[in-house]
Amino acid sequence: MVWQTILDLLESTVRVSPPLIFAALAGLFSERSGIFDIGLEGKMLAGAFAAGAAASVSHSALIGLLVAIVVSLLLALVHAFASITQRGNQIVSGVAINFIAAGATVILGQAWFDQGGRTPQLAAGERFTTVDLPYAQWASNHIPVLGPIYEHLISGQFWLTYLAFAMVPFTWWVLYRTRFGLRLRAVGENPAAVDTAGISVTWLRYRAVMCDGILCGIAGAYLSMAMAAGFTKGMTAGRGYIALAALIFAKWRPVPVLFACLLFGFLDAFGIRMQGVPLPIIGQVPGQFVQALPYILTVVLLAGFIGRAIPPRAGGKPYVKER
Amino acid sequence: MSTPYAKLPAWAEYVLLPFVNVVVAFLVAGLVVLLAGDSPLHAFQLMIEGAFGYGEGIGYTLYYATNFIFTGLAVAVAFHCSLFNIGGEGQAYVGGIGVAIAALWLDRFVPWWVTFPVAIALSAGFGALWAFIPGYLQAKRGSHVVITTIMFNFIASSLMVYLLVHVLKPVGAMAPQTRTFAEGGQLPTLGWLLKLFGLNPGIAPFNITFLLALVMCFLVWVLVWRTRFGYELRTLGFSRGAARYAGINEAKIIILTMMISGALAGMMALNNVMGDQFRLQLDFVNGAGFVGIAVALMGRSHPLGIIPAAILFGVLYQGGAEISFDMPEISRDMIVIIQGLVILFAGALENMFRPALASAFGRIGRSRRDVAAPAAGE
Amino acid sequence: MSETAIALKGIDKSFGSVHANRNINLTVRKGTIHGIVGENGAGKSTLMSILYGFYQADAGDILVNGEKVEIRDSNAAIAAGIGMVHQHFMLVENFTVLENIMLGAEDRQVLNAGIARARRTLKELEEEYALQVDPDAITEQLPVGSQQRVEILKALYRGADILILDEPTGVLTPSEADHLFRILEQLRNQGKTIIFITHKLREVMAITDEVSVMRRGEIVATKETSQTSVDELAELMVGRRVLLRVDKGESTPRETRLEVKNLTVDDERGVTMVKDVSFAVRAGEIVGIAGVAGNGQSELIEAISGIRRARSGEVILEGEPISVSGEADPRRLRARGLAHVPEDRHHMGLVLPFEESENAILGYQTDARYVNGAFLNLGAIRSDAGEKMERYDIRPPDPRLKTANFSGGNQQKIVLAREIERDPEVLIFGQPTRGVDVGAIEFIHKRIIEMRDAGKAVLVVSVELDEIRGLSDRILVMFDGRIVGERDGEAGENELGLLMAGVEEEGTAA
Repeated sequence: MVWQTILDLLESTVRVSPPLIFAALAGLFSERSGIFDIGLEGKMLAGAFAAGAAASVSHSALIGLLVAIVVSLLLALVHAFASITQRGNQIVSGVAINFIAAGATVILGQAWFDQGGRTPQLAAGERFTTVDLPYAQWASNHIPVLGPIYEHLISGQFWLTYLAFAMVPFTWWVLYRTRFGLRLRAVGENPAAVDTAGISVTWLRYRAVMCDGILCGIAGAYLSMAMAAGFTKGMTAGRGYIALAALIFAKWRPVPVLFACLLFGFLDAFGIRMQGVPLPIIGQVPGQFVQALPYILTVVLLAGFIGRAIPPRAGGKPYVKER
Repeated sequence: MSTPYAKLPAWAEYVLLPFVNVVVAFLVAGLVVLLAGDSPLHAFQLMIEGAFGYGEGIGYTLYYATNFIFTGLAVAVAFHCSLFNIGGEGQAYVGGIGVAIAALWLDRFVPWWVTFPVAIALSAGFGALWAFIPGYLQAKRGSHVVITTIMFNFIASSLMVYLLVHVLKPVGAMAPQTRTFAEGGQLPTLGWLLKLFGLNPGIAPFNITFLLALVMCFLVWVLVWRTRFGYELRTLGFSRGAARYAGINEAKIIILTMMISGALAGMMALNNVMGDQFRLQLDFVNGAGFVGIAVALMGRSHPLGIIPAAILFGVLYQGGAEISFDMPEISRDMIVIIQGLVILFAGALENMFRPALASAFGRIGRSRRDVAAPAAGE
Repeated sequence: MSETAIALKGIDKSFGSVHANRNINLTVRKGTIHGIVGENGAGKSTLMSILYGFYQADAGDILVNGEKVEIRDSNAAIAAGIGMVHQHFMLVENFTVLENIMLGAEDRQVLNAGIARARRTLKELEEEYALQVDPDAITEQLPVGSQQRVEILKALYRGADILILDEPTGVLTPSEADHLFRILEQLRNQGKTIIFITHKLREVMAITDEVSVMRRGEIVATKETSQTSVDELAELMVGRRVLLRVDKGESTPRETRLEVKNLTVDDERGVTMVKDVSFAVRAGEIVGIAGVAGNGQSELIEAISGIRRARSGEVILEGEPISVSGEADPRRLRARGLAHVPEDRHHMGLVLPFEESENAILGYQTDARYVNGAFLNLGAIRSDAGEKMERYDIRPPDPRLKTANFSGGNQQKIVLAREIERDPEVLIFGQPTRGVDVGAIEFIHKRIIEMRDAGKAVLVVSVELDEIRGLSDRILVMFDGRIVGERDGEAGENELGLLMAGVEEEGTAA
C-alpha cells in the first residue's frame, strides 16, 4: 500500500518534471552567458499555446512542436535584442515578455478558436503519446521492486520525457566539453576576456539566448501536447518561476538542475496527492506549505543559510567595451 | 567617462521620448488586435467610450487607477534606490490581511472613519513586513531583491490560500473568503464627486481610497525629493560610491526603502477589500501589483507621471472590459499585452529611439546657428 | 638582430579634444626587449591599444615584420602574431588554467583534441621558458604572479612572437617581478620580441635592450638602454615643462592636526595597498604626497577619511584617535572638522544626475543648516549653493542645473566649495585638478594656499608632480604602499622622479 503510494508519487514526479527540466536548462544557457532570464514562464506559455494551436490546425504533433520552438525563439530574440543590442535592463525585459505572452495567448486563442482561451482538444495523432518499452507488463508481474519501477517510471513515458532527461547530460557535455560551452561559460563570467580573445561577445550571447528559446519552446510543447491535450489559459501556472528557482537552487549547474527539478516536481506531486492525508510524525501538512516550499527553499539558499548561490559574475550587466 | 547615450533636451527626455515609447507600444498592441481579426481603431473607440463615455465607466476607470497608483508608487520608490521590487503583487495581497483584521475587528462597533485609519496602518504594516524580508536579505546577505520578491509573491499566494481556507473563513462557509464586513468596515464611495460634474456613478466602486492614493502621491513626492531620507535614498540609488563618501548607511536605506515600497503596495488592498468587495477574497490583487511596474516605468517614477499612467491603465482595464461586449475576442487580457509592451518599450527598450531623436534634434540644432555649443565635457 | 618586428609610422589618435598620440614613429627590433616609459597619461596605453586592435588609429601605418597590416580587432592582432598581457588580467577567474589558455584557440567544436594539444603545448612551453603553472588549478586561487604567467602562456599558445606587457610589475611582489624578468629574458633569448610598458625606471634599466620615452602623446626619445641612465630617462620623461606658477609665501607650521601612525590598508581584493605608513600634517602647512597612480595613495586617503576600513594603525585627528578599523563613519569625521575632496568626483564626490544644490550638501545632508527635522530646507540649501557658486565663480550660476551639465573644472569647484566653505581644520585633496581646465587649476591652487595661510592643515595627493611641487611645503613620496622619501617643497623634479620610480628607497621603509 505504502509502496504503491510511493510509486504513484514518483510516477507523477516523472510526469511533471520534464517542463521544469527543459525550462531550467533553458535558463541555464542564458544565465551562464550573463543574460538573466526571468521570462522563462512567458516563453514556455507562448510555446504551449503555439504547440496547441499549430498541432490542432495541422493535425501534426511534430509541426506543433516546431511552431512552439519558433515562437518561443522569437520571444527569446526580443529579449536578446533588448538585453544585448540595446543594453536594456534584463529583468525589465523578462517581465515584459511574461506579460506579452500571458495576454497574447489568451487573446489570440479566443480570436482564433473561440473556446474561452483554449485551443481545441488534440486528438491522439495530434499530440504526443506515451511509449511503452518492451516487457514492461511482464517485468512488473515477474520481477519484484525493479519490475514495477521499470513499468511505471521508465516505461510508459513520452519521448519528450526521455529527451528531457537526456538533455541534462547533453547540456553538461555542451557546457564542459565543447568550444561553445567553454566560451559561453567564459562570457558569463568575464566578457572582456572573451572579447580580447577575439570572440564576439554579442553573437555568443545571442546564441546562448537562442538555446534558451528553443528549450522553453519544447517545455511549452510538453505542457500542451504531452501532459495535456491542448492549451488552456495560463497553463504554465508558475512553472517558469519554479524552473528559475530550480536553476538558482542548482547553482546554475546542469546535473544539480536535474535533481532540483525532480525535487520541486516531487513537491508538486506530493502537494496534490497528500492533500488532507496525515503523515507519520509530522501530522497533517497544509498543501499550501508544500506548494510554497520550492520558493521558500530558494530564498533560504539565496540568503546563504544553506550553501551559497553565486550567479555568473557578469550576469545582468550589459557588456560595454571599454579601455 | 562618456555617457553611452546621446543627450536630449529636458522636455524631450521627460515627455517626448516616453511618449514615443508608449505610442509604439500601443501600435504593436494594435497589431495584436489586427491579428485577432478586429479593427484596432474600432477597439480604441470602444475602449474610450467604455472608459469615459458615461459616469459609471469613469467611476470604474478611477477605481482601477487607484490600485495602480499605489502599486506604481511602490515600484517607483524602490526604483529611486535602484531596487527592483517585483513583489508588489504579494505585498498588496498580504496587505489585505491587515485590512481584514481592522475591518473584522472594528466593523460592528465603530463607523468607517475610525476603522479606516486602523486599516491603513495595518495594510501598510503587513505590506511593509512582507517587503522587509527581501529588503533585509538584500542589504545584509546580498540576495538579489528581484528573485526574492518573485519568490515572495508565490509564498504570499500560498499563505493567503491557507489563511483564507483554514483561518479567516467563517465556520460552515464554503467560499474561501472572510465574512462580509458590516457598515463600519465599508468605505464610502466618491459618487458625489462624479455627480458634481453631472455624471451618474451607478454602482462603480470608486471610493475614498482614491483620495488616499492622491495623498500618497504627494507624500511620496515629499519623501523622495524633500526629506533627508529621500536625499540619501536617491544618492544611494545613483551612486554607491557617493553614498559611501557621504557616510550614508546603505543597509538601513535599502531596508527602509523596501518597507516603504511594501507599505504602499499593501495599501492597495484597502481599495478592493474595504472599498469594493467588503471582504477579503482569493486573488483580489489580480495583477495590479505587476501593472505597477508598467505604471512606474511609464510615469518615470515620478508621482506626476504615475497618476496619468495609472489612469491610462484604469482606462485599459475598464475600457477593455467594455470592448469584450462588442468584440468577444478582445477580452481584458488585451491589457496584459499592452502592459507587457509598455514595460518592454518604456523600460527595456527605453533608449531604442534615443539616437534617432537625438540626431533629429542635432539636425534642428545645426540648422539654427544661434544654438550654443553644449557644455564642455571632459 | 637588426630585423624589425614592429614599425609604427605616423600613428595619430585623438579622443575628442584630447590628443592621446601624436605622430608616433617607433621601431622595435626583433628579439629585443623594448621598454616604453612615460608618466600617467603620456599615451602609452593608447598606443598599445592601437597595436592590439582596441582602437583604430586616426592616421598612420603599422608594419609587422616589414609588412603593412590592418589591425581592426584583437583577432587581427593575434593573427599578426601579437599577444598582449593586460595590466588587469583578462582571465576568467573560476576557470582552470587550461581553460583560460584554450579560450578562443580551441581548435575544434569539441574540446577533447584541443585539451590534449593544450596540455602538450603547455608542457613544451613550460620546459622552453620555465613557465611553471599547474594546468588544472583554478585561476583565482593562484597567486598574482602565476596568473600573470597564465596570461603570458595564453599569448604564446596563440603563437605570439611579439608580446606586449602593460605595467606588468604593478601587481607583483619584488620576487615575483624578478621571476617575471627571468621569464622575459628567456623569451627574448628564444627569439621573441617584447614590448615592456612601465613607469618604473629601475625596471627599464634592468631588463630592456632599448627604451622609448613618451611624453604628452609623443615619443621624445629612443635610446639603447646601455647608452642611457636613469637620470637622463627621468628628465626625458618629466620634460622641461612650463611650470605652473603658484604664488605662495613661507609657511608657518604650528601644532599637529592630523597624525597617521603605522597605517596598513587592504583593497577589496585583499591586496595590501598601504603598508605601515606614518606621517603628520601640521596646522599651516601643505603636505603633498607624490607618486605614480596605484601606489596606495587612493587607499590611504580613503582610510583617513573614513570611507575605507584600515587593517591596522592609527589616525589621530586633532589629538583624538579615530576608529579606523571599526564601522567607518565619514559623517562624524566631517563634524569633527575633516574635509575631503575625493580623487574621483564622478563616482564619489558628486552625484552627476543631481542638481548642483543637491551636490552642494553631499555628506552634510544631516547638517542643521540644511534640514528642518526630517525635511530638507530647500530654501537654505539653494541660497547657500547660490552664494557659493558666486564666490567660486561656478558657471553657469544655476543651483538647479544638473551637475552632469557642468564642465570638469566647474564640477570640481562645486566639490571644493562644499568642502572648503565648511571651514574645516584639516583638508584632504585627492587629485584636486584632474580633468580641470587651466583657468580653474589656478583658482583651485589659490584656494588651497589660502586654506594653509588661514592656519589649516592640508594634505594634497596628486600624480601631477608639478602640482605637488608647486603647492607643497613638504613632499612625501609614495611607492608600492610605502612612504619612500620626504623632501621639502624645493626638491628637484628628477630627484622626486627617481623616488617615484622606486629607484631609490630610504628611511624606515627600506
